[in-house]
Amino acid sequence: MALPLALLVGLLFGVAAYLMLGRNFVRYLFGLVCLGTAANLLLFVAGGLTPAEPAIIPEGMSVPDEVVANALPQALILTAIVISFALLAFALVLAVRAYRDLGTVDTDLMRAAEPPAGEGNPEAET
Amino acid sequence: MLIALVGFVLCAMRVGTVTGEDALTVARPWVPFLGVDFAFRLDGLSMVFALLVTGAGFFVALYAQAYFKGHPDRGRFFLFFGMFMVAMLGLVLADDLLLMFVFWELTTASSFMLIGFSHDLEKARASARQALLVTGAGGLALLAGVVLLGNAAGTWRISEIIASGDLIRQHEHYIPILVLVFAGAFTKSAQFPFHFWLPNAMAAPTPVSAYLHSATMVKGGIYLLARLHPTLAGTPEWAWTLTVVGAITAVWGAVLSVRATDLKVALAWTTVMALGTLTLFLGSEAQIGLAAAITFLLVHALYKCALFLVVGNLDHEAGTREVGLLGGLRRAMPWTAASAFVAALSMSGFPPFLGFLGKELKYEGALAVASEPWLAAGAAVLANALMVAMAGVLAIRPFFGPKGATPREAHEAPFPMLAGPLAMGALGLALGLMPPIVGAGLIAPAVQAMVPESVDLTFAMFHGITAPLLLSVLTVTLGVIAYRLRDKLRRVIDAFVGALPITGDGSYRRVVGWIADGAEGLTRILQTGRLRTYLASSFAVIAATLAYVLLRNGLPPLDLDASGVPFHKWGVVALIAAGVVTVLLAKTRLVAVCALGLVGAGVALIFVLYGAPDVAITQLMVDILVVAILGLVLPRLPRYEAADGTKRRFRLVDATIATAFGLVMATLLLGVASVGVDREITAFYEANSVPGALGRNIVNVILVDFRAFDTMGEVVVLAVAGLAAWALLARPKEDEA
Repeated sequence: MALPLALLVGLLFGVAAYLMLGRNFVRYLFGLVCLGTAANLLLFVAGGLTPAEPAIIPEGMSVPDEVVANALPQALILTAIVISFALLAFALVLAVRAYRDLGTVDTDLMRAAEPPAGEGNPEAET
Repeated sequence: MLIALVGFVLCAMRVGTVTGEDALTVARPWVPFLGVDFAFRLDGLSMVFALLVTGAGFFVALYAQAYFKGHPDRGRFFLFFGMFMVAMLGLVLADDLLLMFVFWELTTASSFMLIGFSHDLEKARASARQALLVTGAGGLALLAGVVLLGNAAGTWRISEIIASGDLIRQHEHYIPILVLVFAGAFTKSAQFPFHFWLPNAMAAPTPVSAYLHSATMVKGGIYLLARLHPTLAGTPEWAWTLTVVGAITAVWGAVLSVRATDLKVALAWTTVMALGTLTLFLGSEAQIGLAAAITFLLVHALYKCALFLVVGNLDHEAGTREVGLLGGLRRAMPWTAASAFVAALSMSGFPPFLGFLGKELKYEGALAVASEPWLAAGAAVLANALMVAMAGVLAIRPFFGPKGATPREAHEAPFPMLAGPLAMGALGLALGLMPPIVGAGLIAPAVQAMVPESVDLTFAMFHGITAPLLLSVLTVTLGVIAYRLRDKLRRVIDAFVGALPITGDGSYRRVVGWIADGAEGLTRILQTGRLRTYLASSFAVIAATLAYVLLRNGLPPLDLDASGVPFHKWGVVALIAAGVVTVLLAKTRLVAVCALGLVGAGVALIFVLYGAPDVAITQLMVDILVVAILGLVLPRLPRYEAADGTKRRFRLVDATIATAFGLVMATLLLGVASVGVDREITAFYEANSVPGALGRNIVNVILVDFRAFDTMGEVVVLAVAGLAAWALLARPKEDEA
């Protein structure tokens, strides 16, 4: 099962990179979601695929009685999912705010902090 | 100030006792694994320098007490001044090459603070920066030279390196060592073509200039050359470089000092001249040449310090340093005038001052310079004649003749500001009156430190009618003529300098300008302000580095067998892949968001299939939230067209980078998955979940118990993101505010 999942992760990463490289900030956001998913899946597959029981210890025992799924990457991914969600929410709000102030979602036109050479600092001009 | 006095007394008590084997040595291990010791050694050469550092330090500190009376930054001055003095003392006493280098850099750093002391003046800042850059660059070269030298000799201990001169001279790295050490010494001691920083350092307060010029900083390079003389000297490369560079510096410094009308600037150029002369004599191997160097070092330190302090008095009390405005001050400032006069006599080398002794030795030494006696002697005569003229300008112009139009009504300076110039002037006279004592007590031991054989020198005021004496007469005659014609001379030199195509200062500015322009250009290239550029380079670099590592280390045998994968799992993978491709190709945002939802749900399915129900639930909930929020927010953003206006060529580049990135990540993952996983850490959690945390769901136990701080951090991240989002939305629009 490693091969199909690895190819899938590669596809997710590639699409994420392509979307983020575009000039449209909305597509960038979609790329961000894909990137997060790709990273989670990468961790999951790298942690070892065991088509097995969840990592739960049955009643009356102190250790799992059989090989269970690897709990460690799962814990990492749970954290990662939530964090990437927080990141997405923030980026989304940033996009809305930028559109409201700058009137564009084209990242090439968002030059307030780093004006192109020769134009000088817009704040100094106004 | 007290430190200086104590140090001076301690050193002076040892005068005459530290020759040869009797050198005073102290050593403590400092960085043992590098073989660097906190080693100090006081021998004849160090003695002369140490006496100058502490002696001049004492008088200058005394002077500065009065000079900075009521100055708000007085404390800061004395802090840096003390640091400077200690650094310089360490430099001349260190017996470990690396330790010496540390002190060397400390003098650079503290002189930077002192030159830029009046930090509210643009000129002071620029001068301090210049001094730091020039001497700092030289310091780097010196570090390289020192390391090479230490490696060649097999020890860092200077006293041992000195003993292995023949080894070094025949070493294959001799020339690089020489070049690098010269680079350090020449920048520090303001030798041509690095001479320009020293006169600019005039922006410093007068006590600093007096100290920096007479006893410290610029003498560092001279000390280095003298210290390494036994190791490096004796080759044509050494002799020729030092003779030529020294001669050019001496003459050029003397010529430019005549041109200056600001007394302080004029003095600064005479320092350049003096340093050139010292370098010139260090090029020789004859004992008499080295004796000339050491004697002149002493002479110069005494009169230069005195004269700087005199000019400081003039500046302080009369309000100007312009030679044209000063005149007839001898009644108003009798003591200042007296010390100026005495110092100037020593400077121009009249008997019976120490300066005369120094000058005679210089001529004798110049005639003994092996490489080119007449070049050395000619340069010395020319430079000295101009010194005589300058001594006249400094001691006669301000004090005699008609009263000048000074901005302030001049009156005598307070006692602390007179003590230094008077004492140093008097010392110049007193030492001149007893040449044998000076010679045996100070000069001979210093020379002894530089030459292996025993020193045989006689010091006397009058040797009979000899070539040096005739040269002295010639010097004074020329000097008096030059003084008479000084205004004409100044015009000629002005015209000449104005016609020069290249100046040291100009080149420095050009180079610094290039660096600034280069930095700006590089920033423009790297920081385009386009998100695309940053991301593209990040992705490309990640892909390239990972690919490099994978290829270099070789891939493990990849597990390419997918025959056993059941049909339903292929279905899930195909579903997600279809969703991903749809996100990529979607023409409207709604389709893209739906496809994203599909991808998320598919991934949740994978989690379920492989025993991760908790993750799957979270993934599904977040997926629903993402779709819902995107659906809510996207109507506030403009519709998008799949083609976003980027040129096709760029999109091809993007596609290439993205494909490479995806391929590398897939290969990486396949490689990792094929190797298998080490479950050691998991085993710990499995074994401890119930006994340690009384929890049966291992994933949950990890999150809320073993790694609870991580989870708390995660909660904080969520809270911060929420706060930031709220702040962004709540802030009114720029033009509404």
